[in-house]
Amino acid sequence: MTQGLDVSALFMDMVKASAKVDIVQKKLVYLYMCTYASDKPDLALLAINTFRKDCADPNPMVRGLALRNMCNFRMPGMTEYIEQPIVAGLRDKASYVRRVAVLGCAKMHSLQPNTEIDGIIVNELYALLRDPDPVVVVNCLRALEEILKDEGGVVINKPIAHHLLNRMKDLDSWAQSEVLTFLLRYHPRSDDELFDVLSLLHAFLQSAHAHVAVATLRLFLHLASAHPAVQADALLCTSAPLLATCGAASRELRFTGLCHVQQVMRSQPGLFGTHYKCFFCGYSEPTYIKFRKMEILVELVNDENVALVLEELRSYCTDVSPELAQAAIAAIGRIARTYSEKCLDILTGLLALKQDHITSAVIQTFRDLVWFCPQSTAAVCQTVEACVDSPQDSEGKQTLLWLLGEHGEQISSAPYVMEGYIDGLKTELSSAVKMELLTTAVKTFLCRPAETQDMLGRLLHYCIEEESDVCVRDRALLYYRLLQRGVEETRKVVTGPKSDPSMSVLTGRQEEPISQWASTFNTLGLLSGRDLCLQTAVISAADQPSNSTGKELLPDVTLSSPNDTEEEISLSLGPPLSHETFEKMWLDLEILHRQTLGSPRPRTAPDTLQAALQLVKIQTLAFTPGDTVLWKAYIYTRSTGTLILAELLQGDPQAPGSDESLVVSVKQQPVNQHAIRGFASILKSVLQTLNVDSS
Amino acid sequence: MISQIFILSSKGDHLIYKDFRGEASKDSINVFYEMVTALSGDQTPVVMSHKDLHFIHVRQGGLYWVASTKTNPSPFTIIEFLNRLAALTKDYCGSLSEKSVRMNFALIYELLDEMVDFGYIQTTSTDILKNFIQTEAVSSKPFSLFDLSNVGLFGAETQQSKVAPSVAASRPIMSSRGEQSGKNEIFVDVIERLSVVIGSKGVLMKSDIQGEIRIKCFLPTSSEMRIGLNEELSIGKSQQKGYSSAVRVDECRFHQAVKLDEFDTFRILKVCPSQGEQTVMQYQLCDELPCAPPFQLFPSVQKDYVNRVLIFLKLRCDLPPKSTALNVSITVPVPKGSVSMSQELSSPDQTAELQPKNKALLWEIPRFPGGAQLSALFKVDVPGLSSASLLEVGPVSMSFELAKQTCSGLQIRFLRLAPTQTGLSQRWVRYVTHSDSYTIRI
Repeated sequence: MTQGLDVSALFMDMVKASAKVDIVQKKLVYLYMCTYASDKPDLALLAINTFRKDCADPNPMVRGLALRNMCNFRMPGMTEYIEQPIVAGLRDKASYVRRVAVLGCAKMHSLQPNTEIDGIIVNELYALLRDPDPVVVVNCLRALEEILKDEGGVVINKPIAHHLLNRMKDLDSWAQSEVLTFLLRYHPRSDDELFDVLSLLHAFLQSAHAHVAVATLRLFLHLASAHPAVQADALLCTSAPLLATCGAASRELRFTGLCHVQQVMRSQPGLFGTHYKCFFCGYSEPTYIKFRKMEILVELVNDENVALVLEELRSYCTDVSPELAQAAIAAIGRIARTYSEKCLDILTGLLALKQDHITSAVIQTFRDLVWFCPQSTAAVCQTVEACVDSPQDSEGKQTLLWLLGEHGEQISSAPYVMEGYIDGLKTELSSAVKMELLTTAVKTFLCRPAETQDMLGRLLHYCIEEESDVCVRDRALLYYRLLQRGVEETRKVVTGPKSDPSMSVLTGRQEEPISQWASTFNTLGLLSGRDLCLQTAVISAADQPSNSTGKELLPDVTLSSPNDTEEEISLSLGPPLSHETFEKMWLDLEILHRQTLGSPRPRTAPDTLQAALQLVKIQTLAFTPGDTVLWKAYIYTRSTGTLILAELLQGDPQAPGSDESLVVSVKQQPVNQHAIRGFASILKSVLQTLNVDSS
Repeated sequence: MISQIFILSSKGDHLIYKDFRGEASKDSINVFYEMVTALSGDQTPVVMSHKDLHFIHVRQGGLYWVASTKTNPSPFTIIEFLNRLAALTKDYCGSLSEKSVRMNFALIYELLDEMVDFGYIQTTSTDILKNFIQTEAVSSKPFSLFDLSNVGLFGAETQQSKVAPSVAASRPIMSSRGEQSGKNEIFVDVIERLSVVIGSKGVLMKSDIQGEIRIKCFLPTSSEMRIGLNEELSIGKSQQKGYSSAVRVDECRFHQAVKLDEFDTFRILKVCPSQGEQTVMQYQLCDELPCAPPFQLFPSVQKDYVNRVLIFLKLRCDLPPKSTALNVSITVPVPKGSVSMSQELSSPDQTAELQPKNKALLWEIPRFPGGAQLSALFKVDVPGLSSASLLEVGPVSMSFELAKQTCSGLQIRFLRLAPTQTGLSQRWVRYVTHSDSYTIRI
């Protein structure tokens, strides 16, 4: 039956068999009936009589069994038969039957979801919260939660919360973690009460059961959102159980632990610093655990452990799994942004292995390194020059070509490597590589014309005359016509910044406030890597006020922006833009609108500005850190089918009037003047509000 | 809350399926199996979603234990519950395998019925469950000479003359109900998992012990038991290092049923064990091992002829001479493209083979006595060998099992059952250390 065979034809015989006394047989018959009742509702009705008889059996085990299985029949019209036994069961002497009956109420409700809520049963369930049996108490919470779903679930008021807190010790671990989740919606009235609650729960932070410890931590983070010191203390207490789960025998538990450690580290990067060795990979661990561990290791690197961590990562680079090896190389590349010298040695050593996937990954790491950390350019160029064999996959080829194009003047062999690619063009399959090759050839031509003129000519000729891919041909034509306009013109178009412009990337390592992640802590969404629909709407709503900056700004902005805007426009965030896309679009588009905003740049903390802009649906991409004279920020937003990109600038000597006041330059695609005006006025009002606040 | 629970064999056969809430269709089993087999290496299988149904699964005993849900519950709870379900199944059926689950399906349904109602976890305690479980376990243990050869594998400190065979503990806990009346036995296991990284010059870079004391109880009625640990056991890092005799653990946690009133002064745990398996104490020890790591490797890797690598390994076991390491296997990565290998091993019971798929050679030693030193020479043919390929050899990983041995030095001094216990009961103490991960860099 459970293996997928349909044996529903035997239902009639089963009904007869259910009258037997033998309890093992009874259980199996009930199992059968619950599975097929929805297929054969008319026959199932015949069995109801036996069930009702069993519900009055002197043995509480039989009573509970019959009641539970009768409630499990998922067919219409069951309610009238089960209501009376359930009500009787709620008052049964045996706690076993009461447990079943309480959940039976929830089952009955789910059979007829649209009917009126029975007030008598709800009151009875609230009364049963005082039941001496702990499982009955928790089942009451669960049943009430389901029955009252439309009204926002079970109400946890002060007496109930305190009653539950006092019963915590009697509950088993599953019930404990569930009650802790229910308590999330309780708000203590005063600080005194809050600290009483927290000190009652403090022992559970160290529970031997990881799920209880983590559930307690979540409750702590939630309740103490106004007391960062308490939160930090709770995190410190839980760090031991969390670390223990990272070394648990069950790999699934290990993975869950690692995900949570990673989340905690977003706010407290130092918490696990001394335990970095716990995150060394075991050789028999599955890849998904190793990936997480490497991500954590990269975050934990500091001056003392960098040598050991790098040695460990180095040993993963020759792993059998190419994905793992590549991830390890990328991890070394991330560390290289801070400790470039040591990492470059390791990466150069890896090139000597002459393995395709390793070479390709190392070259890609070099590209990112040069982009984010320009001071390592010279060393990288030397290595690339010494690296004789080239990567074989298209991703690696593109990267190598990009490096050659950007830093052709420092790599003396660049033209010859490129020539090899041009000669092999006919056998090249990937059009992305061909396009990259075109760009590289043009860039190299600009800095070393004598060596490359001939091959550029051959390349353009081939791509325009013989190439079948339209994109490649168009790109070639574009460069051809550009070159016709003159070298200087071309240089202006082709060359861009060689490294990440002098801005701090906001996504970098900085401590996030705990409230940013506390709502997803200890939920499935964290593990599956994307947002799940939050069932706990009450909790997320309760979380919002904890974002204090948002709360303060909200009324100001909503008040002022309609006044200032002549025409109503609505902004929206839409899907996020990557830094690369933004940069590309910014370079491609013309400035449509430039305006002095009349207020200086706000002196508030960077994240306040970011939060404020976010509130009016403007996304901040990047900005200059600190109090530099030349201050820039890049922001973007969307409005009725158009994408608006903007640069905020202060202190630029070339732009008049930017000494005291911010100048905004707007680019847009497609053009919509109406939206730009609206955007500018919203931006203006936000900045004014911020300046008023900070002064 | 849980919508469905199902157990699948590794081939995807449905062994157990129970729908608690009727929210999701039965097809979800097939959906799950397709998803889990289609995953690539770097994707995380623990939580997967299909439409609005989320699957959480663990693998135990070669089976998939899956829970599906439509809400957003705590992953820790679900995963620990599934692990607990697997442990209970093992307790009741004796062992955990596709066969035992198939044979005991009625028993497992009975368990699930009592453990979860309408998707809510009711209880997982053996003490409560045993009152409700009526079905007898069908045990699938064929007699085998191999079991007899394992006699003496685990030591019994309390009764030196008598030694229980290693399979003695893998039987169903409920068998005492039958007339052949299982023995009144209690097993206390001290199990440690060792993970070690040894650097290229023999320097110990990381060492880490995760240990636990596990009780497997076959006594029909529970009474208080006292477990005495080493008196000199110290907890925490603050202790002075001068005391070399002290056994130290960084941190320990206890099962909530353990009474600790005598722990601080006498290091005695008091517990009323319920039937089945339970972990009474977990402890960790980081970085400072009280003894030398059990194995030291002295490798040398040379290029021989044009296309041949010579790998000479000398392996020393630093255990005390009385103890033995079992099932030692050593994996050495070899350069890509290795085609064949010849070996010189020191005794005929060792084996070695080249696994081109994993780019590794595997050297296996069934028994390795403490204090001994074994060496082996491998000649690996690699066409197109370059000097850089030698860098691909290493790090070496090892797996082994140390019987009668704990690396932390934790011992059980005594095991005393309350005198009210009727009938003769046998008590066994076993020590075993597993290698969780033992890596030696070259």
